[in-house]
Amino acid sequence: MGVLEIAKGMGVTLGKLFQKPVTVSYPEQRATLQPRFRGRHILTRHPGTNLEKCIGCSLCAAACPAYAIYVEAAENDPAAPVSPGERYAKVYEINMLRCIFCGMCEEACPTGAVVLGNEFEMADYRSRDFVYAKEDMLVGVTGSIPQRREATRLGKPVRLGFQLDGGQPRAELEGVKYP
Amino acid sequence: MPDWLATLLISLLKAVLVVLGLLTTFAYMTLIERRLLGRMQLRPGPNRVGPMGLLQPAADAIKSIFKEDLTVTLADKLVYTLAPIVAIGMALTAFGGLPAGPAGSLFGENPWVYNLDTGILALLALTSMGVYGIFLGGWASGSKYPILGGLRSSAQMISYELGMGLSLLGLLMIVGTTSFHGIVGWQAQNGPMILFQSLGFVLFLISSFAETNRTPFDLPEAEQEIVAGYLTEYSAIKWALFQMAEYVNMITASAVMSTLFFGGWKGPQFLNALIPGISDWPLIWLIVKIAFFLFLFIWVRATLPRLRYDQLMRFGWKLVLPLALANTMLTAAFLAFRGSGGLWFLGVLSLAGVLALLVLSDRVRTLWNQPSIRPEGDIVRAGGD
Repeated sequence: MGVLEIAKGMGVTLGKLFQKPVTVSYPEQRATLQPRFRGRHILTRHPGTNLEKCIGCSLCAAACPAYAIYVEAAENDPAAPVSPGERYAKVYEINMLRCIFCGMCEEACPTGAVVLGNEFEMADYRSRDFVYAKEDMLVGVTGSIPQRREATRLGKPVRLGFQLDGGQPRAELEGVKYP
Repeated sequence: MPDWLATLLISLLKAVLVVLGLLTTFAYMTLIERRLLGRMQLRPGPNRVGPMGLLQPAADAIKSIFKEDLTVTLADKLVYTLAPIVAIGMALTAFGGLPAGPAGSLFGENPWVYNLDTGILALLALTSMGVYGIFLGGWASGSKYPILGGLRSSAQMISYELGMGLSLLGLLMIVGTTSFHGIVGWQAQNGPMILFQSLGFVLFLISSFAETNRTPFDLPEAEQEIVAGYLTEYSAIKWALFQMAEYVNMITASAVMSTLFFGGWKGPQFLNALIPGISDWPLIWLIVKIAFFLFLFIWVRATLPRLRYDQLMRFGWKLVLPLALANTMLTAAFLAFRGSGGLWFLGVLSLAGVLALLVLSDRVRTLWNQPSIRPEGDIVRAGGD
């Protein structure tokens, strides 16, 4: 019966009225992300030796479809090596305005050094602030450049606006901890 | 002060109060509607401006007042400006005749602005005048989509006006007066009219949805087809006035339904046994009933999709109008031949009509939603192949 269908529909909408909304009030509440969400890159280190995995081979820059990555390699000092290979990345920069977060750098990397993490809150005012250097992406750095700038200004720790579904970042992100 | 001057001033004061009340209700209706629609769609709705979003209407008002007021080059300037004023003026005027309490209950004054013996006729006439606002607005915009929207809207409102008026005839025959006071008084003695005229009420409810241009009959604003209909070329405060008119019409329709079918400003009589005189308290009962119907309007908007234009017209002319006529005939025949039979028998008949409509709702659907399969030979091929 046609009218019965309408009544059913009305019942559904009335039922939903008393349900809790699924919308997350984002800046106040943390958004829930899946661990495989592709956000800002993280340059990982070897656990134990704490050496950088990156050997400055520039394969990521070659694979990048948006030409967002710039790598300048240098010879390792045998006495105090930065990476376990012959060379290391003296300059490693990613332009986050160009980056399309496709993850091809991660696929191209022979040592698993560059991995896409989960952070995504990188909005800023000046284009030049979107070029992330090595020290902005190494393991242990929490938050994007604007987030860390804001945290320094307020004297508070960086607050990330997301939490991971399951709580654990994926295995490739060695040593990375999210709230 | 001469007597007539005092009466005039008090009437003016009451009119201003009604307008203020209606406009405040309109402002908060927009917020309540958006919140409820949000909750029905599992989102919180606007909650950023002020605590729980309570200042949202103020923000909207400031925005629409200070927005640039555009006038299209091809527009007929005078009519273009006049149209929203006509729409809101008629909508506000219509509400004044509805009684909100017993005589002399509002600080010794009567809780209505004007009292006409032809109350319901005047109200129907005033709400029909609102069509002029919509149609003239569409025409004066000097643009294609507004005139299409305006025409659609006027056709829709005129069509459903008939069903609306006819569905009330049975009620008027039973009561024998067109004044709201008479109707409310009759219901206080004999029980709410919904008991005797349920078929009439159903038809009136459907027609009210069409009259106020609400979903599922909000064709004038069908974005997919005609942009925003008659509102396309309007902006800023003129646009807000049209919106205001729509919401005020909705409030008026709710008040009319409460007054005609649910006992008006009088509460249920059996409550008098608990608290003596509770059913005579002014304002409260009417507001409760209006709130219920406003919620119904929002609830239906959250649920039902929009009708197609041809479905709308067929629905109005092939279902609502004949049924309203049948209801009129039924009531007239009952009143003529009832002898000493009680009114309850009419109530049973009317309820049987509603039930038959419910049971047969799939059968009658073909009236307005005919299958559009054409025989192969009828198809005219475009282009010569």
